[in-house]
Amino acid sequence: MKLLTGNEAIARGAWEAGVVVCSAYPGTPSTEITENAAKYEEIYAEWSPNEKVALEVGIGASIAGGRALVAMKHVGVNVAADPLFTVAYTGVNGGLVLVSADDPGMHSSQNEQDNRHFGRAAKIPVIEPSDSQECKDFIKLAFEISEQFDTPVLFRITTRVAHSQSLVKLEERQNIELKEYVKNPAKYVMMPGNARRRHVAVEARLEKLEEFAETTSLNKIEWKDTKIGVIVNGITYQYVKEVLPEASILKLGMTFPLPKKLITEFAAKVDKLYVIEELDPFIEDTVRAWNIDVHGKDIFPQIGELLPEVIAEKFQARPSVPVSNLAPKETQPSDAPEAPIRPPVLCPGCPHRGLFYVLQKLKVTVAGDIGCYTLGSLPPLNAMDTTICMGASIGNAIGMEKVRGKEFARKLVAVIGDSTFIHSGITGLINTVYNKATTTTIILDNRTTGMTGHQDNPATGMTIKGEPIKEVDLALLARAVGVERVVEVDPFDVKKLERVIKEELAAEEPSVIITKRKCALIDFESDKTPCFVHEETCIGCKICLRIGCPCIVKVGEKVKIDPTQCNGCNLCAVVCPTGAIMKEGVADA
Amino acid sequence: MPKVTNILIVGVGGQGTILASRILSGVVQKIGLDVKVSEIHGMAQRGGSVVTQVRYGREVASPIIPLGQADIILAFEKLEALRWLPYLKEDGGIIVNDQRIDPMPVVTGAAAYPEGAISYIQSKFAKAIVIDALDMAIQAGNSKATNVVLLGLLAKHLDIAKEVWLEVLKETVPAKHLETNIKAFEAGYSSIG
Repeated sequence: MKLLTGNEAIARGAWEAGVVVCSAYPGTPSTEITENAAKYEEIYAEWSPNEKVALEVGIGASIAGGRALVAMKHVGVNVAADPLFTVAYTGVNGGLVLVSADDPGMHSSQNEQDNRHFGRAAKIPVIEPSDSQECKDFIKLAFEISEQFDTPVLFRITTRVAHSQSLVKLEERQNIELKEYVKNPAKYVMMPGNARRRHVAVEARLEKLEEFAETTSLNKIEWKDTKIGVIVNGITYQYVKEVLPEASILKLGMTFPLPKKLITEFAAKVDKLYVIEELDPFIEDTVRAWNIDVHGKDIFPQIGELLPEVIAEKFQARPSVPVSNLAPKETQPSDAPEAPIRPPVLCPGCPHRGLFYVLQKLKVTVAGDIGCYTLGSLPPLNAMDTTICMGASIGNAIGMEKVRGKEFARKLVAVIGDSTFIHSGITGLINTVYNKATTTTIILDNRTTGMTGHQDNPATGMTIKGEPIKEVDLALLARAVGVERVVEVDPFDVKKLERVIKEELAAEEPSVIITKRKCALIDFESDKTPCFVHEETCIGCKICLRIGCPCIVKVGEKVKIDPTQCNGCNLCAVVCPTGAIMKEGVADA
Repeated sequence: MPKVTNILIVGVGGQGTILASRILSGVVQKIGLDVKVSEIHGMAQRGGSVVTQVRYGREVASPIIPLGQADIILAFEKLEALRWLPYLKEDGGIIVNDQRIDPMPVVTGAAAYPEGAISYIQSKFAKAIVIDALDMAIQAGNSKATNVVLLGLLAKHLDIAKEVWLEVLKETVPAKHLETNIKAFEAGYSSIG
């Protein structure tokens, strides 16, 4: 038995199932699936430029006869939705499983959409594990279902399943031969004539899957007291087992299509039926449509996670139900000192800090994007106006300019990271040129995909397997799409950066500024000698606090730098008006 | 359900809470118990408030510790100890590292650091222990071993043989840091708490 996260168990399960290809774009909470799959030499693994390409690679692998695993966070499935809805028509050759890692509670996401809806909309089965052992067992079953029913499978996990660790029994890798590749345009060329016939196959497949749902081991009943019966999926199974130890449980490991007979029989044998599912009433709506009396979202919230204490609290208000002796939900007593929140911050030495310091100073409108730099929106930097989705910044800036005019564009920038730019910013930049926008796009090139934990991407010159490869030249790419003004600048050279931004904003044509410096956490070359504050020279103006560095703290009227955290980026020294901040060992204190 | 022991490890991103939970879960696995661990990655890593939940016993279902159900809170920072206090059982134990790390709202002046956090915790929980683990780690040879000092103190209060801890420590920590970490562990284990 080995203690594994859900993500590690999915990678292990895929390996055991004979998977030969794993493609993905990093995104919390899905990233570690692919990182772990890449450790198996039998699996070709890649970071794709975005989720759409990742799924297309998986589809190609499947058609060619291999088993393929494709992984992404929930919002990534939006990007991959185009190939997804059509591979649902073509079906597969080698098994194809798409992992969607949803994030109820939005621990690290911009929304909390419930991706089970994708399964229903694309008419493909949805499988949901509740712990790491099931992650491994169910992913293997998912590949069998995929091949048996000629369908891609949506494997839906949530943050708690992805990132919780539990014990898993390991097995050997199955010896799965590649399926024969036979050219079959009627199945794989989805032009109208073929697609019409395939849609018929999809509907027939769905009927077969409905029958399968009634008998599969993925769905199971645990009979106890029949006063109440609870239908659960994913992590809520674990919570309900603990909160309602006496309740009968129908655990659905496959939540689309639903087993009508099984649910109807379960409902008939219990006095009161509940569905406890996080986010949308996905199971509940269908059960209700079958005219079965059921409680769900009338009691439990549709927002955030359904943590054990939330479930306990709702049932404590219904005394007929035996609830385990969980302490009642209690907030901090009123006599407790107030605990201020601790939001995430840009790391000490983060190169983005230099840029946001300048943007804040210039009081420009900033169309933002997704990455570590989204933290530039928080106080004290406050240097971001919008964040919608991956790659949105450039399109957003164009729209703003088109509404408010060229003058507005003289105070408007789009900011986007290197990995995000390749993911889906390049198309926005093409649009800037094509549709005659004049905004300035700033690419924050920190040489990695930072927020998700330092994955490589096409601009870093390294693959997921650590092989060096020719890197995308972002400046050349910008020029190639027609941007004539392209400047590279070090974001810690704030004087030059400020001058460059002013110049490019003034220019009435599209321009690209690339702020290039390695993420502080992977920069092992720069001088990291910590800075310190010369107490007598410090006048207590606190200008250095405006850069939002977590190492600088107020001590009385003056400031101090924590030398254990400081990465010696020197930005505070640059902004200090009296020269009170310097590097240790550089001057006499 | 069989008895489950709930341990909440809280701190600030970058303080080494994750290694601490890895060693703890390794230890309980070694004595043959079921264990579940839950932690949140992603945004929280960037200097935010972090929490790891470790639950062990003969059989564990949920990886999440409900409010008011933690047997022990191991807090790497004072404000974080205060923040997670509602998760502690009435008669629960709490180990607080006497270290202050200002969150950004305190740095910018939008909020004040709660000065009375430790005395408040001590007034509410008889089994509260406060140590300067950072200083002890520096004494042991590396400030980064603060987490292992705290783990040493936790070990003293759990019913698991010390040898098991040392064995897992050896398996988890890279050889070149082992000596410092054993020193740090011993310092925590033999401290007054």
